[in-house]
Amino acid sequence: MTTASAAPPDGAGFVRRTASALYRRPRLQLGLLLTAPIGWLVVAYLGSLALLLVNSFWRVDAFTGALLLEPGLHNFERLLSGEVFRTITIRTLGIAAVVTVTDALIAFPIAYYMARVAGPRLRGWLVVAILMPLWSSYLVKVYAWRIILQDNGPLNGILRPLGLEGPDVTAGEIRLWIVFSYLWLPYMILPIFAGLERIPNSLIEASGDLGARSWQTFRRVVLPLAFPAVVAGSIFTFSLTMGDYIAPNQLSSVQFIGNVVQSNVGIAGDLPFAAAFATIPVVVMVLYLIVARRLGAFESL
Amino acid sequence: MRKRRAAAAIASLALFVAACTGGGATGSPAPSVPGELGDTEGALNLVAWAGYVEEDWVAPFEADTGCQVNATLGNTSDEMVTLMKTGNYDGVSASGDASNRLIAGGDVSAVNLDLIPNYANVFEGLKNKPHNTVNGVAYGVPHGRGANLLMWRTDIVDPAPDSWSVVFDPDSPYKGKVTAYDAPIYIADAAVYLMATKPELNISNPYELDDAQFTAAVDLLKQQRTIIGKYWSLYTDEIAAFTAGDTVVGTTWQVIKNILDGESVPVEVTLPKEGATGWSDTWMISSTAKNPNCMYAWMNYIISPAANAAATVYFGEAPVSQAGCDEAEKLSPGHCETFHATDEDYFSKVYYWATPQKECGDSRGAVCKDFAEWNAAWTEIKG
Repeated sequence: MTTASAAPPDGAGFVRRTASALYRRPRLQLGLLLTAPIGWLVVAYLGSLALLLVNSFWRVDAFTGALLLEPGLHNFERLLSGEVFRTITIRTLGIAAVVTVTDALIAFPIAYYMARVAGPRLRGWLVVAILMPLWSSYLVKVYAWRIILQDNGPLNGILRPLGLEGPDVTAGEIRLWIVFSYLWLPYMILPIFAGLERIPNSLIEASGDLGARSWQTFRRVVLPLAFPAVVAGSIFTFSLTMGDYIAPNQLSSVQFIGNVVQSNVGIAGDLPFAAAFATIPVVVMVLYLIVARRLGAFESL
Repeated sequence: MRKRRAAAAIASLALFVAACTGGGATGSPAPSVPGELGDTEGALNLVAWAGYVEEDWVAPFEADTGCQVNATLGNTSDEMVTLMKTGNYDGVSASGDASNRLIAGGDVSAVNLDLIPNYANVFEGLKNKPHNTVNGVAYGVPHGRGANLLMWRTDIVDPAPDSWSVVFDPDSPYKGKVTAYDAPIYIADAAVYLMATKPELNISNPYELDDAQFTAAVDLLKQQRTIIGKYWSLYTDEIAAFTAGDTVVGTTWQVIKNILDGESVPVEVTLPKEGATGWSDTWMISSTAKNPNCMYAWMNYIISPAANAAATVYFGEAPVSQAGCDEAEKLSPGHCETFHATDEDYFSKVYYWATPQKECGDSRGAVCKDFAEWNAAWTEIKG
């Protein structure tokens, strides 16, 4: 393809000439377009992450709050030797995993119905219904659940006449499981919905033609094709649960990784120790994303 | 291409490390204490506890001095220390678990008490306290004083408790509905309880705990953890918990009881027989204050009788002077009686929040647990 390098008409301004020059150099054009977002990504996002990680090698005079720039592994030693940090990490990752599995189990039937069963109008309404909770802020939802679960709240109001009790403040892990599963459900439904929509009907029909019953078709055709979408959704539910500290603080006395990070940032700014503890979720997520990529989740996002 | 990517990554990392080594506060130079006051600057930026800087007594101050007050709420002592470290504020109402840290970190200046005429009237029992005076040098003026009380729901807790045992006994009938203050300083509350229940530990000051005393306090708190429903650090959270019935007994501030009374939640408070921890917050001036004259004017104003009465009646703590008490009597008859404002004997059983340090301050030497160890222990206690 030849590009006619027509000379711009007389009196053409700077903008015109720049536009033509960029048109002739598509890679430069692309580069300039991407500078701003990539610059933001590298400097603001990755840069601050790098700064946080560098911080984890320093220490602080916990009394005066002065930062001592002597690099060392003391924070990591303290992390590894303290049993409470192991407990907190396992608890955080454990609840994140349970929430992910729960959301996958709840989201799949909903997404399947939306993608393959519901008519176009109903599908539209269902998408709206699923997205509605995302319009209210995170705090509003957490406070709403605090009220629902409280001792004289609506849940106990329903269960007590039946002789049952809702999870009280001491059943922190159960409360958090319920609330996190609720909070991140839309983030699990949407990728699965998109993934299921992409499965061509011809494959389902072909499977039927080959003699598979509907359950077999589901298990051997639909599920494997939808699995990357489930992994994509799980990235959200896992990472959002793992990083949370507000819900544990509001609904229970249970500590997550984030709570320890928060309490150390507040106390005379022991940022180095908080940063060291914060590297754990970072490492976990990096590994998770590597596995997710292998499983094809990135094409389903 | 890969080598170029790696090189770019290393280069940017190096840039950031280089940038970092430049910064890092290692304590600012000793701030100067003014010899006399100048004109007020027109603005005043404060970090304060909720309920300390309210329109009722701030408006007359602003009208009188022209200093427009901007108050930032610090929800916890730790938050206040962090905020003061930014250097963007003129003053802070620091509790004893923040004041010494601020002094040692160079975030606040010593105060020239000659420039604060109303200080002369402050009760002797509030002057020269370890949390606001270091080596004989004063670092601020007291706002008031109060104790951490035991609160309970009168419709659920029966009989009315008079001892902290109801929150420390592992077989407490209110297991799972007990609350405690969510901060490392609460370890001192356990120490106060041990002073009465385990006198063999010889605890004389709940903030100066050596190894054996500290371990006993931490063990008591780990045991308490099994009966705790939910800790509280924001006073609004405790209000919500008591209103909902999630919590029925535990540590509180008088202001929380006052608010619950206003919302018709049936609660009652008491100072248990073992004594309690308490606080006497100090107004301190920042070492980087941009409006020092306004801050001195505020420090003088907040301990003046009318303002101090208004502030302490509102919050629910004892005023700092006899004149303040007389004014408080007009606003709320019996106020000073309720808060034992002139009862030095009562306050001898209240152990003001102080910052734990290695130096025990007595014959034991430097074997006490410092704040870092209290903080680390608190994370372990909560589990």
